[in-house]
Amino acid sequence: MGRTSFDLVEPHIPSLRRYALVLLRQDEQRADDLVQDCLVRALSRWHLWRHPGNLRGWLFTILHNIYVNDVARAVARPDVVEIQDYFPSMAVPANQVHSIQLREVVKAIQGLSDPQRQTLLLVTMEGFSYDETAEITGVPIGTVMSRLSRARDKVREEVAGETKSRGRSAT
Amino acid sequence: MSNEITEPREDEIQALVDDRLDPARRAEIESWLLSNPDAAARVADLRAQREAVEQAFSGLLDRPVPAQLQNIDALVSVQPSPVWRMAAMIALVVVGAAGGWFANDAINQSQVVATAFTQDAVRAHSLYVGEKRHAVEVNAQEEKHLVAWLSRRLQNELVAPDLSAQGYQLVGGRLLPASVTGPAAQFMYETGGGERITIYIEQDETGRGNDFEFTSYDGVSAFWWKDGPLAYVLIGKKDRDQLLALARATREQFTP
Repeated sequence: MGRTSFDLVEPHIPSLRRYALVLLRQDEQRADDLVQDCLVRALSRWHLWRHPGNLRGWLFTILHNIYVNDVARAVARPDVVEIQDYFPSMAVPANQVHSIQLREVVKAIQGLSDPQRQTLLLVTMEGFSYDETAEITGVPIGTVMSRLSRARDKVREEVAGETKSRGRSAT
Repeated sequence: MSNEITEPREDEIQALVDDRLDPARRAEIESWLLSNPDAAARVADLRAQREAVEQAFSGLLDRPVPAQLQNIDALVSVQPSPVWRMAAMIALVVVGAAGGWFANDAINQSQVVATAFTQDAVRAHSLYVGEKRHAVEVNAQEEKHLVAWLSRRLQNELVAPDLSAQGYQLVGGRLLPASVTGPAAQFMYETGGGERITIYIEQDETGRGNDFEFTSYDGVSAFWWKDGPLAYVLIGKKDRDQLLALARATREQFTP
């Protein structure tokens, strides 16, 4: 505990916050509480971290466990997924994926079950390896792969469905 | 054909989308896709999806980190944790809604201090009450050994309270790790109908008050109290009145 450990943890705060924000569907207060709880636990159990080790993975593991054990059950799943805030400025450069599609992908992800959502986000948004993702979520790697595959296909279907229905209503 | 490419496995497709295949296998699968248009369309969609996810959330990284997460002194001195505070707020609402019929009782409603300790106790309760064969580590047939063992580990004389007058028989107990201090002990009881309650005991050197504190959390109710160096939590799927009667009977036996 002390300066040194916090200095090591600090660079990871933005990505922990991002993950918490997406998991908690942009509820900023809850996300910050979740990250704070994660940091408090990490710093108070600093001796349990094997140095040198994957600090980022360890922090995400702690955050994952707090979310699964304490937060998910206390947070009612909203009926309406608010996606506006993910795009503070809707000025997505022209060479990027079309903003309409971004919205649909986000919406579809937020409609996934928690385990699928977590797996997809850890692999894609956070860039964790499949092994790391298995460690963070506490499941075998085969489960990670099947969750990832199912999550992606589900998002693909949703996005295709949306595009189709929008095309139909436009004609 | 000798150089025929084996059809890619599903995990290889995912690794291809994530660009995590070794170059040789990647090239093989890329050429396999040329003659498998459905699979190729799927891979293209999933790659676009991956890119969309990366872009959609990248802006969140640039948000300024609030002071709450920058002040290390505040962070390490925070007790109880904020997540638990949130659950405690929910418990407060539940207690508030239950009304003021305990105004003259020993319970101070404002003292709904849900601690990390109660949280550990509730978690341990939920984890083990559903177990059939491994509900306890040492069963009631070895009560003497159980009590001596747990007393030694908690460095205090414990008893397994007799709750038979209330219809509960001892199932047994176990030792548990506790996040606050040292190990914790859990005693489990059940009725003839199989309804279970647990008593969770932990050393508590803090100078907190001794009154009963009620919490309702995660579908169960809990009473916390403290006597001397030990703190106790009684947990069950009971209403407040029933649980309070049990808590009182338990407390009397721990502190005759």
